[in-house]
Amino acid sequence: MITPPDSSPPPLRSSGEQSRGAPDPAADRQAKQLFDYTLALADDALVSAQRMGWWISRAPQLEEDLALANIGLDQLGQARTLLAYAGQVEGAGRGEDDLAYLRDERDFRNVHLVERDQSDFGVAMARLLLFSAWQAELYGALRTSTDTTLAGVAGKAVKEVAYHLDHARQWVLRLGDGTEESHERMQAALDAEWRYLLELFDNDWLDGDLVEAGVAIDPARLCDAVLARIEPVVTEATLVVPEVAPAIGGGRRGLHTEQMGYLLAEMQHLTRSHPGATW
Amino acid sequence: MVTPTRTRAWDVAATVLDPELPVVTIEDLGILRDVAEDDQGRVHVQITPTYSGCPAMETIRVDLVDALLGAGYQHVAVEFVLSPAWTTDWLTDEARAKLEAYGVAPPATHVADGPVAVPLSVRCPQCGSLDTRESSRFGSTACKSLWVCQACREPFDHFKSL
Repeated sequence: MITPPDSSPPPLRSSGEQSRGAPDPAADRQAKQLFDYTLALADDALVSAQRMGWWISRAPQLEEDLALANIGLDQLGQARTLLAYAGQVEGAGRGEDDLAYLRDERDFRNVHLVERDQSDFGVAMARLLLFSAWQAELYGALRTSTDTTLAGVAGKAVKEVAYHLDHARQWVLRLGDGTEESHERMQAALDAEWRYLLELFDNDWLDGDLVEAGVAIDPARLCDAVLARIEPVVTEATLVVPEVAPAIGGGRRGLHTEQMGYLLAEMQHLTRSHPGATW
Repeated sequence: MVTPTRTRAWDVAATVLDPELPVVTIEDLGILRDVAEDDQGRVHVQITPTYSGCPAMETIRVDLVDALLGAGYQHVAVEFVLSPAWTTDWLTDEARAKLEAYGVAPPATHVADGPVAVPLSVRCPQCGSLDTRESSRFGSTACKSLWVCQACREPFDHFKSL
């Protein structure tokens, strides 16, 4: 969506900066950075929620259907608030639905970890372990962000994620330290997902000013704390911490795996086929 | 927690029931955060979700608008606020008692900002036995877990600590 800079409403900021009617390149740049950052967090949560939703009616037991649906719902709630905020920051009139349903693949900023197929239960639990450990540290740190909206989302989400992490932990322990078959499959799932872990800590895409201003958290500085949450679980589950070459990544720059297109096709199909439909 | 001034508009808003647990009001649950009214009959309500994705928020918003318009207010705005984050510590003692009578085991109280409390045992709201076990950490809604009583064999919901 292209809006002439002069006619766009002033970006909404919660950090107290004054906006004026006249074009202000520095403020525009700052708003763009905040938009990109918020979108990255939102898209991780949104895409993960979409993958969680796949499990509804397919989980190994009814209780697990409910659990994965609830975890997905928490993530979707986080995504909705973040997307709505990103839309406000952008100031181009896009709301949460526009951002979720009407962006193309190249405009999504989520990491590859969350977007790939997870129709193997072991993979789903390995991924939830890695992702919720990441989110626990991220939201924990973001609670003190100078951006009050991001801090508010984080303060709420950090408590929900504690339950997600605990759920993943219980399954990884059970399957890892289970039968020979479950142990092997859990290890294979962990090896497969581990390749995508490092992308979370990449900070090349993130503008240093935002970190400097106390708005964003430098993802690289969370690496040790995230690993400290994951590795004891892996060891306790009698599994081995994988030593695998990291995948290439690129999600934060809009470069995605082949499976992302299929995910978006399913997620966006209804809105795109019937624009403006409500019920 | 700030104790809000009890205005007439607050009293009206406080009659709205939680759609998932229709024995407790949104005030009992701590969802209702603020109600401001001006002399033009305009009301501004602030509510906070229990969980980020709580699907009951939209129903609560509609119920609030209905209740306040029905009470004669001219204009009602409902705002969702996230901060400070909702916690089960905001449940009133009355809410806990009502939940238990309804068959939902109330949450344990826990220290704010500590790790999520995992109670060793939850009392069965049916027979009062402590011989219960958790069958799933996630129940019919995000805020509840599923439990089974070993004594009376009845399943029940437990309002999770958050």
